[in-house]
Order: sequence, then C-alpha cells, then structure tokens
Amino acid sequence: MTAYIIKRLIAMLVTLWLIITLTFFLMHSVPGSPFNEERATNETVQKNLEKFYHLDKPLIVQYGLYLKSVVTFDFGPSIKKSSQTVNDMLGRGFPVSFELGIVTLLVAVISGITLGMIAALRHNGIIDYAAMTIAVLGISIPNFVMATLLIQQVAVNWGILPVATWVSPKHMILPTLALATGPMAIIARLTRSSMLEVLTQDYIRTAKAKGLSPVKIVFKHALRNALLPVVTVLGSLAASILTGTFVIEKIFAIPGMGKYFVESINQRDYPVIMGTTVFYSAILIMLLFLVDIAYGILDPRIKLHKKEGS
Amino acid sequence: MELRKRDHRYTASEISDEWFVQKTKNENEAEAVVRPSLSYWQDAWRRLLKNRLAMAGLIFLILLIFMAIFGPLISPHSVEEQRLANQNMPPSSEHWFGTDELGRDVFSRTWLGARISLFVGAVAALIDFIIGVIYGGVAGYKGGKTDHLMMRFVEILYGLPYLLVVILISVVMGPGLFTIIFALSVTGWVGMARIVRGQVLQIKNYEFVLASKTFGTKTSRIIKKNLLPNTMGPIIVQMTLTVPSAIFAEAFLSFLGLGIQPPFASWGSMANDGLSTILSGHWWRLFFPAFFISLTMFSFNVLGDGLQDALDPRLRR
Amino acid sequence: MEKVLEISDLHVSFKTYGGEVKAVRGVTFDLYKGEILAIVGESGCGKSVTAQSIMRLIPSPPGRITSGSVLFKGMDLTRLKEPKLRKIRGADISMIFQDPMTALNPTLTIGEQIIEGIMQHKPVTRQQAKKTALDMLDLVGIPNPLERLKHFPHQFSGGMRQRIVIAMALVCQPEVLIADEPTTALDVTIQAQILDLFKEIQKKTGVSIILITHDLGVVAQVANRVVVMYAGKIVEAGSRREIFYRPQHPYTKGLLNSVPRLDLEESELVPIAGSPPDLFSPPAGCPFVARCAYAMEVCDRAYPDKTHLSKEHHVDCWLQDERAIKMRVHVR
Repeated sequence: MTAYIIKRLIAMLVTLWLIITLTFFLMHSVPGSPFNEERATNETVQKNLEKFYHLDKPLIVQYGLYLKSVVTFDFGPSIKKSSQTVNDMLGRGFPVSFELGIVTLLVAVISGITLGMIAALRHNGIIDYAAMTIAVLGISIPNFVMATLLIQQVAVNWGILPVATWVSPKHMILPTLALATGPMAIIARLTRSSMLEVLTQDYIRTAKAKGLSPVKIVFKHALRNALLPVVTVLGSLAASILTGTFVIEKIFAIPGMGKYFVESINQRDYPVIMGTTVFYSAILIMLLFLVDIAYGILDPRIKLHKKEGS
Repeated sequence: MELRKRDHRYTASEISDEWFVQKTKNENEAEAVVRPSLSYWQDAWRRLLKNRLAMAGLIFLILLIFMAIFGPLISPHSVEEQRLANQNMPPSSEHWFGTDELGRDVFSRTWLGARISLFVGAVAALIDFIIGVIYGGVAGYKGGKTDHLMMRFVEILYGLPYLLVVILISVVMGPGLFTIIFALSVTGWVGMARIVRGQVLQIKNYEFVLASKTFGTKTSRIIKKNLLPNTMGPIIVQMTLTVPSAIFAEAFLSFLGLGIQPPFASWGSMANDGLSTILSGHWWRLFFPAFFISLTMFSFNVLGDGLQDALDPRLRR
Repeated sequence: MEKVLEISDLHVSFKTYGGEVKAVRGVTFDLYKGEILAIVGESGCGKSVTAQSIMRLIPSPPGRITSGSVLFKGMDLTRLKEPKLRKIRGADISMIFQDPMTALNPTLTIGEQIIEGIMQHKPVTRQQAKKTALDMLDLVGIPNPLERLKHFPHQFSGGMRQRIVIAMALVCQPEVLIADEPTTALDVTIQAQILDLFKEIQKKTGVSIILITHDLGVVAQVANRVVVMYAGKIVEAGSRREIFYRPQHPYTKGLLNSVPRLDLEESELVPIAGSPPDLFSPPAGCPFVARCAYAMEVCDRAYPDKTHLSKEHHVDCWLQDERAIKMRVHVR
C-alpha cells in the first residue's frame, strides 16, 4: 500500500510540474509578451509585474523563479486590477466556489447513485427506461442551457426562487441543480451498468443461497462492489463540475473564483489566468490522487496487486 | 410423415412391434435444427435496428447532416442578410426561427451553426481516431518497455484537466476554428489510445492471432486482417461519444468568449449571444441553438449506447 | 430410509434471444437422509439447473420452473413465498457453487461472510456466531482460523477457498447440502482432498448431500447413489454399484467407457460421438437416439417408459422392452 501511495504521489507531482511548466511557457509564447507595458493599466501594476516575473532576467531564470513562487503559493499580481493579487482573488472567490462545488458533488453523487440503483433493480422496467432517458437527457443538455431553463421557468415564470446571486440557501438551489444534472446523469448510468454487472456475479448467488434478504444483498454485497467504478470517475467529475462553475457563476452572478476566471479570460489578464489555472490544476490533480487512494482502501485486492507486482 | 413425427406423441398402444428394428441411419438427423447463423456485423446491425432510441438518434443525425448541407439553401433568407428593421423578430411565417439583433434569419444561421458544430465534432473525432489508433496500436502491439514508456506519458496527459488545457491553448493561440480543433486534439486522443491499447493487448494473445504468427504472417497483415476488425467495436463507440463531447467543448469555449468568431457562427456562439437577451424575452435566440445542441448530443449519446450494446458480443444471447 | 427431499416431474425453461430452452424436462428423484447422491451428465444436460431449481436460485427471468414440485418437510419449495424460502436457504438447505474463486465477495472478509450467514438464521450474538465460524473453519481444515477470519478471499488459494465455501454452507447445520461441481475448478490433488472432506463432513454431521458432477471418478469415490441425466431427463438411476457394474442405458455405458478406470485392465477409452440435441426443440423420442449405437426405429418416435430393475435401479430405454429382444443380442 505504501509503495502504491508513493508511486501515485510521484505521478501527481510530475503532472503538476508539467501543468505549471506548460502554463508558463504557453503564456510567454503569446505574441508580444503578455507582461509588457501596453497591457498594464498603470505604473504600479507594471512595477509589480516586473518585480514578480523578473522580466529583466533570461527566460529560464524567470521560469525557475516562477516555479519557486508557485511552490510557496504566490501567484503574483493582476494586470488589470491594480493593487490586487491573484492570491487576493483566490482568497475571496475560492470559498464560494468550493461551497458550490461540494454541494453540487454531494447532490450529484447521492441522487445519481440512488437513480442508478433503482434503475438496475427494476431492470428493463418502466422505471429503468424512465430513469435512463432522464439520465441521457441530463448528459445531453449543456449546463448553461439547463441554467437558463431553470432561471426562466422557476425564477422568472413561477417566481418561487431567486434569479441570481449567492446569499442564502434558497439562492443555492438553482445553481446547484443546473450544475449537478450532468454529473448526476453520468453517475446514474455508471451505477446502473455496474450494478447490473455485479448482480450477475457468483458471490451474489452465494449470498442468495445463504438466505439473505434482497435488501441485505443489494446494500451489503452488491452496492460496494458496484460503486468501485463510480469512485474512479469522481476525479474527472470533479473536474467537470469545476469547469462548470465558470459558466454557472457567470450566469447566476455568483462571486466565486469561476467568475473571476471568466473575467480574466475576457480581459486577457494573463497573470490571473496563469495563477488560476495552476491553482485549479493543483486541486484537481490532488483530487485524482485522493480518489486513487480511496479506491485502494475500498478494494482490498489492490494491495495484493502491488505485492505481486513488486 | 417425416415432418409430423416431431410433434406427435404416441400412446403405448400405438407403438408398433415393427419399430423394434435397427434404425436406418439418417445423416441429416443430427443437424435437424440449425439456427440461422449471422456474421458479427449482420448480427450487430440487427440488434441496432431493434433499438428504437438508437435508431431515432441515427435518423435525426442523418436529417441534421442533410440540413447542415442544404438548410441554408432552403431558407428564403441568406445567412448574411441583415435588415435592421427586422431586429429581434419572434418566429413567424417569414422568419421561422425569428431573427437576431442584426435582423439576420435565425433559421438559416442555425444550419450554418450545425455545419460548424458538426465539423468541429467530426474533425476532433477523426484526429482522436488517427492519433489514438496509431499510438495505442503501437504501444499494445510492441508491448514491454515501449508500451510501459508510452503509457506513462499517456497517464500524465490523462491527469491534466482537459478543459483547462483547452482554455489555456485557446487563450494563447487566440480564438478561432483551427484553435478549437487543435486544442481539443492535444489531449483528446488519450482516451482512444487507452482503449485501442487495451483491446490490442487482449486480442494479441488470442489463439488465432498466435496461429497466424506461427505461420509467419507479416505484422502489417496481422494488424489489418486480425486486429483491426476485432478492435473496431469499442473504437466506433468511442468515436460516437467523442463527437458530442467536442460539440459541448466548443459551446463551452464560445461561452467563455473563446469560441468561433463572427462572421462565422456555431451553435455555441449563437446560444451565448442569445443568453444575454433571454431576460428581455427573445427566447428564440437561445432556444433554437440550445435545442439543437441538446438534441444532437442526445442523439449521439443514444446512438453510442446502442452501438455499444450491439457491438459487444459478450451480451449476445 | 427417510426421504428428506422429494423432487417430482420438475420442468424448467429459459426464455432466451433465440427461443425457449427446455433445460429440465420432467425430473423425478428423492434424496434420503444421510446419503450422498450424485447427479452426473455432460455440460448442458440440466444437472446444474435442477440443483439450482431446488432452492429456486435460477436467475428469473429468464429462468422459470414451469411445473413439478420439490417437497421438503411437507412444503413445496416451488410454490413457497419468497420470505419463507429465505428462511430455508442457508439454514435447512445449503448450496456450494462450482468456482470458489468467484463465489466469495472480494470486498468482505471471509469472517464477515461466514458470520452473516449464522446471524441471518440463528438468534445468537456476534461473539457466539464468531465462535461457530471458528469451529466450522477448524472442521473444514483451515489452519489458524482466528487469524484467517480477518482475511479477504484473494488471500486464499483455490482449495482453501472451497473449504471456506463449504464451511459457510455448513454453519447452520443444514439437512441438505447441494454441491454444484465443487471440485471441477480445482487441481486434481486438491480435488481428492475436498472429496475426502465431503465424506468426513457427511459422517460427522449426518447431512444429506446432492453432488452435481460430470466426473465419474468423483462419483466412484464418494456417492452412495447415482442419477444420470441427459438432455434434461433422468435416463438412469441406481446405487453406485448398480450404475458402475450393471449400467443399462447406452448413455451410461458410454460415459463409463469414456473415463479411465484403474480397476479394469486393458481398458480402452471410447468417447461418445456426436453432441446432445438442441433443447430449443427437444425431440419427441429418446434424445440420445442420434448418438446411440443400438438405436431402433421406435427410439426416434417415442420416449421410453421407466423400467424398474431393482428397488433403486431404473432406466428409460427401449432396449428394456421385451420386443427389443433381437437388438439386445448386439448389446455387449
């Protein structure tokens, strides 16, 4: 298990390093360096930029110094907003985005697993078809369409929920719903197919032969094994929720990190784009790492594989 | 009489003494019941035909491709025609899907958008296919150290957050059709490469491949005759599912202002333009592109599911 | 002898893509207290389906018991309500499946999997259940059981896993144990050990065992009585002696000729040519007719009645009919 964790940890660090390097050199290859005078809004910003990026030094030195500051969690200043640093923006925006993301993930996981399980247990029944049609629809409707539909119907036409912003639990319902639909649908489909597969396994028949009740068989024997594939996609689902927050935060005017990120893209505020990308990537890569570890804990066979492998 | 034999049940009194003689050998007897045997592709096609949802998706996509080619010609208004007097008109007999803020016909522009969106999806899927099959095929076929190294690289790319990389590349290269396709292809092929490698590894060790190897068949011939036909199923499914994800990614980029730039239009950019006007009641500007994005993604998804069921021989009953 | 299980005229069908497969077509036999009854036949003859139908464990849909009855303690198991049946499964009748590698849940410790079976049927505490589990693991020959309870299935060898599966089936002291090809997936040396274990357990606990197998070697080692199945029907049944030394059905003879025997010198292995009929539309006559060396015209037209040769020994074959006297001359 330790060897497994170390191996994953190294892979994680390599990926992280790759994304930082990629970001750095891509940004520096933007025609007419993104960090030169014309782009800066005023002199203070210009001075901050020069200080942070060491623009007078050769590129490779700049790269080294940038790596160092990223490791110490310093993403430098903004070009467009004087006296603001990327860290300031992250500090303000991240808690909001985090809240939205976590609530969405919970909603998606719980409802997705429930829906998928019901569909599997009622295989080929009306409930199964209905649940899966809803799931494919959920995957097919882009989240910005979902968001506008919800605003138009629930908030404007019916007037039962607020249109935008993020100030009370009531305000959280629509954005969460719009963001959770896609991941929920993916989890529901995966849970269903994996549950169907598990239910044909020999050990389920053994459990039945023991006289266990269907409820016990499903929850104790089938569900855990059926959820293993679901755990593996949690990382990429978190990624899609995260990129989804860009869209949702913009539409619902939620003051999260995603909103800043979209603004920085529109204004070509390169240091902010760079810092946010690195920050996002770090979170996602760490999540993938955690998912791998969780998988290793949930599936006792993983340990053996490592023992055999070494 | 021979035909009746199978169904008729004799009673004890009907059993004749004369039947207690050595049976005359009837060669056809053993193979009396032969179920129709179908080739793999015929069988898959038959199963797909039975899947109504997948067929509906397929028919819609065929219609859509037709409209993407001929739609703008059917409409009485050209894509570029601007009439400021006709700004933001709701759908009518004159403008079936209404008009936008420049008085352009949304019906015509929807099919223009279909061209771009389908083009992006198709090209992205094609590039994924080419790179993925070559990369995954080589890794799987060579095996050993080569495979190990190549898959390490894939693993690292797989860890990169896909849409963030796409955004980054789009920011650097500046928005446009080429940028989108390039950005989608940079990391998109990884999934395909993994699938192909897995399939090749599995099939490489099947006896029939080993058999042709021992007969001294050339590698290229083994790949062409044995490996490709057997790996096609999962590859087709993966391609079918790549198209909607590329269409979605394009819409997403348009939403961030990194998508197709005017005078071109994609469904994504049309929906994004329409989004800002939704609260002023111009619902049709968002509705039509959004509706077609959703329906197209839906069709590709159900077709992909249907193909998966039809092509997976393990499910064969 | 006391009957524990009475199966009469059992019919089981499966609805499939290509039509209805009549897998079991009128099977009748009894199981006596304390005996080991073997059901033998080629793959696809319906022996596993018969075994699973007793406890209604066939996947349904597509499987369905179309008619017949399974009597246990005066109850017809084919008609019993599901909750009542669950009280019998694992407690009064237990089942062991072919592949010990897949029969255990990979994500639960074997201790948990044994204990849950006990707790399901007996009003005991977890500690008491654990004690029973330990005793049972000891009985089936798992060394160091206290430590092993905490292990996962993948940490055991195939033979060990089968011992665990057997222990799991026996924890509630069932009256009937149905073992579906329990040794097929194991190495030959392990097979012998497991068979010895069955005999030992039978003596110690007095359980009645139905042993499903395609391997006559297994039958010769442990069975008291043998039922031979072909194409969903019982073609011959009798005591082990009767089946091995006085087989009457040409199929039984064929089976015996196709396995190596150490007790006969100059024995020559003769495989049975051909393959069983398609059960999508089973023939009206004897299903073995196409492969039978002594086939007569009548075999094609009608299925033979059951002929009793002794108290236990009976056979379904037209050669037993007195009118077949001329054919019998040819029979070795």
